[in-house]
Amino acid sequence: MIETLLTPLRYEYMLKAIAVSGLIGGVCAFLSCFVTLKGWSLMGDALSHAVVPGVAVAYLTGLPFAAGAFVTGLLAALGMGFIKGRTRLREDAVIGVVFTSFFALGLLLISLYPSTVDLRTIIFGNILGISDADIWQVVGISAVTLAILGAKWRDFVLFCFDPNQARALGQNVAALRFTLLALLSATAVAALQTVGATLVVAMLVTPGATAYLLTDRFHRMLGIAVATGAGSSILGAYASYFFDGATGGCIVTLQTLIFLAALVFAPKHGMLAARSRRLAPA
Amino acid sequence: MQLEVGQVTVTYADGNIALRDASFRLVGGTVCALVGINGSGKSTLFKAIMGFVRPTTGAVQINGGPVFAAQKNNLVAYVPQSEEVDWTFPVSVWDVVMMGRYGYMNFLRIPRAEDRRVVEESLTRVGMIDFRERQIGELSGGQKKRVFLARALAQRGRVILLDEPFTGVDVKTETAIIELLRELRADGCVMLVSTHNLGAVPEFCDQAVLINRTVLASGPIDEVFTEENLALAFGGVLRRFRFDESTVQRHDGRTVTVLTDDERPLVFGKGGHLEYSHREGREEIVQKRREDVDEEVP
Repeated sequence: MIETLLTPLRYEYMLKAIAVSGLIGGVCAFLSCFVTLKGWSLMGDALSHAVVPGVAVAYLTGLPFAAGAFVTGLLAALGMGFIKGRTRLREDAVIGVVFTSFFALGLLLISLYPSTVDLRTIIFGNILGISDADIWQVVGISAVTLAILGAKWRDFVLFCFDPNQARALGQNVAALRFTLLALLSATAVAALQTVGATLVVAMLVTPGATAYLLTDRFHRMLGIAVATGAGSSILGAYASYFFDGATGGCIVTLQTLIFLAALVFAPKHGMLAARSRRLAPA
Repeated sequence: MQLEVGQVTVTYADGNIALRDASFRLVGGTVCALVGINGSGKSTLFKAIMGFVRPTTGAVQINGGPVFAAQKNNLVAYVPQSEEVDWTFPVSVWDVVMMGRYGYMNFLRIPRAEDRRVVEESLTRVGMIDFRERQIGELSGGQKKRVFLARALAQRGRVILLDEPFTGVDVKTETAIIELLRELRADGCVMLVSTHNLGAVPEFCDQAVLINRTVLASGPIDEVFTEENLALAFGGVLRRFRFDESTVQRHDGRTVTVLTDDERPLVFGKGGHLEYSHREGREEIVQKRREDVDEEVP
């Protein structure tokens, strides 16, 4: 039994996959706190799809995939801001139009040049087969993201909570917004490797949403989100050994289970707590 | 301390002119009401003063310099409308007031002893120190308002903009806010209070700016708050209660008029009767009350 459970840890590729997943899971979870509080879940989904053409072009031209993905992610974010500022369309419509356009362009590029890129890798991720070069890109992105968020998280909290106050203090709100979008794009690229474009949004939303149900303080929310995000990613990557490679599915399913548990059992904002409050005499 | 709005015109991206050629000037030690109907450009004017929108022509100057410079010195504080705030956000009362101190902190925004002292003092001043650990959503309407006032205090703002500070607050908080505004006026602050609570304005403001897409009138309250000016600012939107046309008894021929914005006033007469704004159709009541009044007269 123990022998079986230890088997995955004997393989170097499994150890790499577990470590990289844990790292990305933690970084995504850190960001997910800002994503859920800012109401950017749809934006996270959009960016994770919008990076696809960048990845395709990067593979075609031999550039680092992170660079290409980062550029198209930002282009999509700027495009959304541009359209929203100049039309009467609501934000969800703008996001819907822009990200599907980018994703379609990506699919088109991949189908035109099928030999160089594997569509499955982008859509579903392939952490078990990640190359050392890609690992370094992921580590680089994570280090930069953690450094920026770690240093400036208080500014980002103010930006999410009350952008007017941030402005009134003379802070550059546009720069804060752009930085957060850039980090979101970069992290979406990193997570693409692990869980694929379709499930990145789960990594960027679920841990934050779970933590939001469990606490009323931001620093605790950060702690809970990072712990559940990294923990579920490590465990999910490990478990995927027994499920023949569906790493993304394993990680996100685990995150969903934790979320469901929080939804029902959270001490203050859970369904059971709400129910007992309803039943208790006032 | 001086706030000068000079011929400010604000045009939005869709070509809509929200404010045209607005000018007024406020000098330290004043509470000024900003009065106008919805859509009159009140919030645009606030945004221009806070530098959120750039005037197409004209300029806002604080102490003779641009808004940006004043913001860097934490001079401009803002107390938002309750509707603008996400009350489910995971922050405590203490956290929110501490946000007023960000401008004084270093790159990492780590509070120092001085910041904590100022936050504590500000919370005490608005009577909210006992609620420091509460999540902001767990407060009453008036308490919420006082937390954001405390933030403006903690910021040590000298130009303080308050957006509808009396909406949804209890009488106790209203009194507390007015008291606080008076203290800040004595300290030499400039306060601009957007409100449609016309009745409260003469109680706590010494100046007023009436706007409707431009500044209609500005200056000392007794010069600006005239019936003609208010009629100009509100058009047909104002409700009036003229005592000489009402069911109230015993006039001496001079007119007393009550003006309100969106609510009709509820008036009780000298005998504690409920009064109606017009006599037509209520001849019986008028007759009966006249008899009552006559009986009382010795």
